[in-house]
Amino acid sequence: MFEICADPRSLEGLTWLSCYLTTPKHSAMYFSILTVLGMLLAVVPPILMLGFAGALARRSKIAPIRWFGLGYTSIVRGVPDIVFFLFFPIALDQAVEYIRHKIKCSDVLEPIYQGNDFVVCQAAKMPLGTSDQFYHEAWGFSLAVITFAIVFGAFTANTLHGALNAVPKGQLETARAFGMSERQTFWRVHMPQMWVYALPGLSNLWMILIKATPLLFLLGVKDIVYWAKELGSMKTQVYAYAHPDWRVWYFLALLVFYLFLTWISQRVFDRIFARASRGMAVAT
Amino acid sequence: MSCAQTFSDYAFRSLGYGERLLPKTDITFCEQVVLIGSGMIWNVYFGVLAIIFGFIFATALAFARVNGGAVLRWPADIFVFVFRGSPLFIQFFFAYELFVQIPRMGFEWDLGFMVLSAQTSWLTKAWLGALVVLFLNTSAYSAEIFTGALRAVPKGDVEAANAFGMNGRTKFRRIVFPTMLRLAWPSYSNEAIFLFHSTALIFFSGFPAWRRKGDGLYYANYFAENTFNPFVAYPIVAVYFILLTLLIVGFFGLVNKRLNKHIPDAPKVKFRFATVIGR
Repeated sequence: MFEICADPRSLEGLTWLSCYLTTPKHSAMYFSILTVLGMLLAVVPPILMLGFAGALARRSKIAPIRWFGLGYTSIVRGVPDIVFFLFFPIALDQAVEYIRHKIKCSDVLEPIYQGNDFVVCQAAKMPLGTSDQFYHEAWGFSLAVITFAIVFGAFTANTLHGALNAVPKGQLETARAFGMSERQTFWRVHMPQMWVYALPGLSNLWMILIKATPLLFLLGVKDIVYWAKELGSMKTQVYAYAHPDWRVWYFLALLVFYLFLTWISQRVFDRIFARASRGMAVAT
Repeated sequence: MSCAQTFSDYAFRSLGYGERLLPKTDITFCEQVVLIGSGMIWNVYFGVLAIIFGFIFATALAFARVNGGAVLRWPADIFVFVFRGSPLFIQFFFAYELFVQIPRMGFEWDLGFMVLSAQTSWLTKAWLGALVVLFLNTSAYSAEIFTGALRAVPKGDVEAANAFGMNGRTKFRRIVFPTMLRLAWPSYSNEAIFLFHSTALIFFSGFPAWRRKGDGLYYANYFAENTFNPFVAYPIVAVYFILLTLLIVGFFGLVNKRLNKHIPDAPKVKFRFATVIGR
C-alpha cells in the first residue's frame, strides 16, 4: 500500500503493523465484511416472501396446502440449521445439474449416479467448467442465499403466523361490519396491524440471522471466517510478514465485530418498537 | 456383511471401540444409520452435560443480575451480553485457538482417598473444550430466561413468605426458586432443544474430530462427501435429531406438569419456538 512498506522485513513496531494490516490479503478480508453485510441484505426479501407464503399456507382453507405449510415450518424447526446448511447447497447443485443434464445431454445414456459418483456431462455443469472464477463464486453465493432463505423462511412463517393470529378478532369483525370484503379486510386492517405483533419475533430472527452468517464459511464462501483462519495461521520467514499463530486474535476481532453488529441492531430495533407501537393498544 | 455385523462393528465407533476403518466403498444404508447413530452419542453427551452444569450456573447468574449488588451485576450482565451477542460458531473457533495457546500443564489434587489429575491439553480436545464453550453459552441464554422469570415472581408471594417469618434460604428454596422455574420452564425447554441442535456445530468449528470420532453430523457429512449423495445421510441425521427433540419435549413436558401441579387449570405446555431459535 504505502511506499515505506516496500521492504517489510526492515520494519518494526507500529509501522510494521500498519503495513501488515494493509496488505492486499487483508483488504480482501475487509472486503469480505461487505460480503457478510451484502448477504444479510440479500436474504431479507426472499426470507420475507417465503415466510409470508408459509404463513398464508398454514392459514389456507385447502387442507393439503395447510399440511404442506405446517410440515415445512415444523421440519425446519426440528432439525439443526447446520444440517440444512450442509444439505441444501449440494442438493440444489445436484438438482440443477441433473435437470440440465436431462435437457442438454439427452443422448448420454449412462446413469448419473455411478456407484459413489455423480456424473453429468460437461455441458450440464453449473457453472460451466470454462466460465470465469467470478461465476463460480456468484453461484456459490446464490446457493447460500437460497439455503438461508429456506431455513429462515420457516422461522419467519412461524412468527408471521403467530402475529396474524394475534390481531384482535374485534378489529376484523369491525372491518367486516363496515362492509369490507375479505380481501380488503386483510390488506387494510389485518396486515398493517399484524406487523406490530410480528416485530419482536422478527427482530429476534434478525439477531439469529446475523449470528448464522459465519456458517457461510461451511458453504465454501470466502467469508471473514475463512480469511481469519487463512491470515491468522503461522507465517514462516518465507512470507514477507512472518508472525506466529495469531488466529486467536483474528477470531477475537470477529467476536467483537459480531458483538458490535448485534448491539447496533438491538438499538435500532428498540427505536422501531417505540415508533411502531404508537397508537396501538399493545401491552409491552 | 449383515446389518447385525455392521452394528457390532460400528455402534460405538464414535467412542473409539470396534472397527477403526470407516466404510469407503459400497456404503450401505445400514452402515450409514449405525454410524450416524453412533455419532449421536456425542450430541447427547454434550447436550446433557451442558444442560446440567448450565442450569446451575444460569441460576447463579440470574440471581446475581437481579439480587446481586453492582459488583455481581456488572460481570453477569457483560457475560450474558458477550455470549448471547456473538455467534456460537465464532465462540468455538476462538475458544479452540485460545486453548491451544495455553501452556501444557498437569494438575493433581490429592483428595486423601484418591488422586485427581487433569491436564490443560484436554481443553484442546472436543470432549472437554467444546463442552466448556457450550456450557458457558447455554448458561448465558438460560440466565436471560431465568432473569426474566425471576423479575416476574409475584411480589405478594415473597411478602407472604416474609410474613410467615421465613429466612432467606427457606424463602429461596420454597418460594422464589420454584416459582421462577415454573415461569421460565416453557422458554427453558426451547433453550434445551436448541442447545442439542447446536451440538451439531462442534466438529465443524475448530475442534477436530480426533481419529474420526465425530458426532452424528460429522459422519453424515463424511457419507455425503464419499457417496456424492446428500439425499440419504442428511435425512438420517435429521430423523435422529427429530427423535431427540421429541424426547426432550416429552421430558420437559413431564417436569412442567410437576412444576404446575399445584396450579388449578395449569396452562398446557406451550412451546414457543420463536423465542430462541439458534445462536
